[in-house]
Amino acid sequence: MKQIITDNYQYPRGVKETDDPSFLTVHMDSASCIDDIYVQAKIEDGRVAEVYWHGSGCAISMASVSIMTQIIKGKTVGEAEAIMGEFKKMLDGKPYDPAMLGEAEAFANVNRQPARITCADIGWRGLEKIFRKAAGEGAE
Amino acid sequence: MIDTEQIRKDFPMYGRGGMYGKRPLHYLDNAATTFKPRQVIEESDRYYTEICANTKRGDYALAHDADVAYDESRETVARFINADPEETVFTSGDTMGLNFVAYGLMPRLHKGDEIVLSQEEHASNVLPWFRVARLTGASVRYVPLTEDGRITPENLRETVNENTKVVSLASLGNVLGQPLPVRELAHIAHSVGAVYVDDGAQSVPHSKTDVRETGVDFLCFSGHKMLGPTGIGVMYGKKEMLEELDPLFYGGEMNARFDSSCGMSLSDVPDRFEAGTQNMAGAMGLAEACRYLTSVGFGNIRDHERKLKRAAVDGMLANGNATVYNAGTDTGILTFNVNGVFAQDAATYLGDRGVFVRSGTHCAKILPEFLKTQATVRASMYIYNDEDDVKALVEASGHAEDFLDVFFN
Repeated sequence: MKQIITDNYQYPRGVKETDDPSFLTVHMDSASCIDDIYVQAKIEDGRVAEVYWHGSGCAISMASVSIMTQIIKGKTVGEAEAIMGEFKKMLDGKPYDPAMLGEAEAFANVNRQPARITCADIGWRGLEKIFRKAAGEGAE
Repeated sequence: MIDTEQIRKDFPMYGRGGMYGKRPLHYLDNAATTFKPRQVIEESDRYYTEICANTKRGDYALAHDADVAYDESRETVARFINADPEETVFTSGDTMGLNFVAYGLMPRLHKGDEIVLSQEEHASNVLPWFRVARLTGASVRYVPLTEDGRITPENLRETVNENTKVVSLASLGNVLGQPLPVRELAHIAHSVGAVYVDDGAQSVPHSKTDVRETGVDFLCFSGHKMLGPTGIGVMYGKKEMLEELDPLFYGGEMNARFDSSCGMSLSDVPDRFEAGTQNMAGAMGLAEACRYLTSVGFGNIRDHERKLKRAAVDGMLANGNATVYNAGTDTGILTFNVNGVFAQDAATYLGDRGVFVRSGTHCAKILPEFLKTQATVRASMYIYNDEDDVKALVEASGHAEDFLDVFFN
């Protein structure tokens, strides 16, 4: 588990920056931490056709967003939201389905340092925002 | 000399056998806020338990006693910085004070005027000026830092000109902890007719402050960083400066009279800057904090912090795995990174061992451009810290490459 985090921190996956207008972009930064992470996703026919990220932050945030992009790519928005739901449950210390999380289960112990839960889910919250944006655009 | 064992007896935070839960308590985030001695807590409580009445309003004995306590608190705090009580305005803290000064000076600022800051300033001494610059058309300039991060009289002299209307600098930066030659800098500002504002949030708790000696026009600081309560601070202003400063807040007890045609005459200084019911308990607590620090003595405080800082730097250098950004400054702030470990990861690792430090930009968000690092770890010391705290810091930093252990072991 620890190795998964180290590996994704040192060799992050899904790192790419695009100016393709078919991608939705969110910038995740906050006053309380110095993480500065952009998530970009292309939603096509209710599916996450592509998801990238770039930026910088702590090991937990970077490894987590790296793993997220690998798990979420190709899933339908509904499937992705279900995975996010399980990931959140895990971070909150509630029962969750490990089969749905794959490598993201490496963050099961983050809540031992409660102040760091927000690092583990910064990228995931970014994707959630993208889904809301996409839903908003679809409604117009 | 400071006897930390004796000092700690005054601080309830050390009352649980020097532990915080299951961890030994090595609190090294004093630049963020400090613990409070029981003397301060009791004096602050005395307002609620013995003399609870509004001030400046009542004709009865209880209100009079509250007035007296509030006035005495102001006198004590004024004496502490060698000011007159009428030049000493209570605020909610440094941030409020600096906003009071920035917005209060607005009528004097116009397009083409310049406000001089440094790259090391805390958000509270940057953002009010950004805002006021935008509203008035004035521009913001920065004193260049020397290679080792210092602000020097030479650099300021090259930055100011006839357009400079304000120079606002922290006399002790909260990241590098470099004390400024305030008297000289204020003199340079005055030579071009600019107002000199001293952000004393970090300096006032750690060194003797004398506004007569430095000649600053304004000085703002917070109580909570100097053993005082939260929610109380001070804006000092030279009397003639305060009289020309526009109040930002309007309301009860800051006016003498007003009428239906919007006519209004203001109370005298400092009352005109204290609109609404004030933080009496906070003021009384802050006055007690001033008395407490005076009795410890700033010479002792400086020697103590120097000694701890030296030990921390030596320990870090011996570890050989860290970059120290301010080894040369002899104040109690140590800013570093464990090589290859992101600051927040290092801080969590240290925190898991009871070494409570800060990570990030420490609200000085322009400074990383100068330090060429996104974030740093900051350990900051005060009178109750001891060699054990420093040892724990050094020991934990020596192994911080194992930062993921806090989630797995």
